[in-house]
Amino acid sequence: MGRYVIRRLLQFIPTVLGTMFLLHYLTSLAIQFSGNPVRALFGDRTPPPALLQAVTERLGYDDPCLGTRGDPCLFRPAETGSGLFGSGYELGLFFDRLANIFFRFDFGINLRQREVTDLVADAIPFTLKLLVIAILFEAIVGIAAGVLAGLRNGSFTDYLVKISTVFVISVPIFVLGLVVREFVGVKFGNVLRGQDWIPDVISAGMFSPGFKADYPWASLIIPGMVLGATSLAVTARLTRTSIMENIRADYVRTAKAKGLATKRVIGVHTLRNSLIPVITFLGVDIGAAMAGAVVTETIFNVPGIGRLVTMSARTGESSVVIGVVTMLVLVVLIANLLVDLLYAVLDPRIRYE
Amino acid sequence: MSTDVNVKLDALPGLDPKALPLQVKNLQVEFRTRNGIAHAVNGVSFDVRAGETRAILGESGCGKSVTAQAIMGILDSPPGFVTGGEILYRGVDLLKLPESERRKVRANRIAMIFQDALSALNPVFTVGFQLGELFRKHRGMSRQDAKARSVELLDLVKIPAAKQRVNDYPHQFSGGMRQRVMIAMALALDPEVLIADEPTTALDVTVQAQIMALLAELQRERNMALVLITHDMGVVADVADRISVMYAGRVIEEAGVHEIYASPAHPYTKGLLESIPRLDLKGQELSAIKGLPPALTNIPPGCAFNPRCRYAQDVCKQDPAPALFQVSPSRTAACHFWKEVKGDE
Repeated sequence: MGRYVIRRLLQFIPTVLGTMFLLHYLTSLAIQFSGNPVRALFGDRTPPPALLQAVTERLGYDDPCLGTRGDPCLFRPAETGSGLFGSGYELGLFFDRLANIFFRFDFGINLRQREVTDLVADAIPFTLKLLVIAILFEAIVGIAAGVLAGLRNGSFTDYLVKISTVFVISVPIFVLGLVVREFVGVKFGNVLRGQDWIPDVISAGMFSPGFKADYPWASLIIPGMVLGATSLAVTARLTRTSIMENIRADYVRTAKAKGLATKRVIGVHTLRNSLIPVITFLGVDIGAAMAGAVVTETIFNVPGIGRLVTMSARTGESSVVIGVVTMLVLVVLIANLLVDLLYAVLDPRIRYE
Repeated sequence: MSTDVNVKLDALPGLDPKALPLQVKNLQVEFRTRNGIAHAVNGVSFDVRAGETRAILGESGCGKSVTAQAIMGILDSPPGFVTGGEILYRGVDLLKLPESERRKVRANRIAMIFQDALSALNPVFTVGFQLGELFRKHRGMSRQDAKARSVELLDLVKIPAAKQRVNDYPHQFSGGMRQRVMIAMALALDPEVLIADEPTTALDVTVQAQIMALLAELQRERNMALVLITHDMGVVADVADRISVMYAGRVIEEAGVHEIYASPAHPYTKGLLESIPRLDLKGQELSAIKGLPPALTNIPPGCAFNPRCRYAQDVCKQDPAPALFQVSPSRTAACHFWKEVKGDE
């Protein structure tokens, strides 16, 4: 068990480095092709070259490799000495960034000179709230729908679940988000806001077209449901097939032969086995939900991690994109590891040596 | 679940302690499938006394397991339905009991051992949990007491180091030990009738003998009625008192074990006995029953065995199927030509 965890932790290293290099290269390419992001700070004024140079240097966009299109910024010509192994080159921008993050725990600053760690600390509570709502929604409603459909194979409930899940799965999240915002948040919300007897937390909070700082939980319920919708459909289908498979299992028949009540035969002996694949899916889905949060937060204007990444990518702030996404990658990796360990608890036949 | 606690044997209406522990009368079961109705059990009758072993013998698909599941009331329904007959436990027709009452009969009075203990035990719970559950749900015991009883049970079925093994999961036991756990589970609540559905099929021969010996010993100690479902003639000869041979959902011969082995009165039974490999006939071709049992959706008219029978004549191909003829005061056979079959040795 201990050795398994260590091996998994070691596997994190190439994953994290690979992701970081991809992000580094993509953001570098963006700068190489569209120019110095620092100029955006000055709007339509043309800054004096010396000032621009100074600000660029302070924000860390002064590396010469950012001026050469396609350069991966891995190495640069050595300024002093003969460089690495006498090649005349030394480690470049990418390795500087790695060193800053992993040795100095310095994730860099954005264009307005705020620490990336501060930005993340401000944004993460909103994303966490959104994720909690989404995961709870998909777990509770998804499993309940799947169990009902699986136990009554061929019934009206079964068809309802089957058809509605196909519908939800086939609508992309950004379409669903925009449609829900327009019809639920704006049109339906306006009707509610016209009624005096409806409390504000419902009319102005829950059914607002976007995030409201006054109602941090209520106004995130609908965005969270949008975020969890696709996975809810997958969860429901997975639970349904899993239940249908297990309900015919020999040990379920044994449980019946033991004279146990149907409630216990289903609730303990069938459900426990059926939920093993579902819980695995939910764990892996935390990562997917993070990706979905980028879209959902942008649509519903939630000031979370997802919107932070979107905005930084637009303005070309490499340090923010690299820093935030690296943290997200770590979160997802750790979540996946925890799920794998939980899997062994759920299914005693699984042993990690 | 307070209704489950301390189920008393006299709680059932119409219970007659002097009646036989299990009597099956003219049981009919069918499976309604997309490909038509499969007549799995077509009028099976047998009974079993306390302390007696009744073997139900037959090929795969002859309806013997379905009969057992119907007695327990654990048929997958749909597609399976009991369409007629009576299942009497000490005079009480179980088929007429409401499900809530019938549930209390299971494990308490009539218990069952399944064929493959690996798939019949729940893989995600310890054997202690699965045994203790019976005491907790049927007797209202605390977790601790239930666990202590589970250890006693594992001791009873001779599982070494029961105290430690009670916390193990089914996959951590060997095949024979798993079947012992299965037996312990069936015996937990002191049932009067034990149905063993091919209890040794999944085991190798030496372990088979140990399990059968254990079953026989426990049956003797508790004076249980045992219904042994099997296709293994060797197992039957060792432990059974009376035998019902089934073919295509019917009992075609019913007799004491010695009578049946000495002089079978139905061509099918005779064919089965002749197909046992014998050392004294080494080198000769093994006699086998030709053909296949009929599909239960399409049982031939008349005697279901007639297409494979060497005694078959026109009368065998016409409905109704031959009734059970009284061969002797204690045995019956469903063959028009039982005299020829029995005499033709």
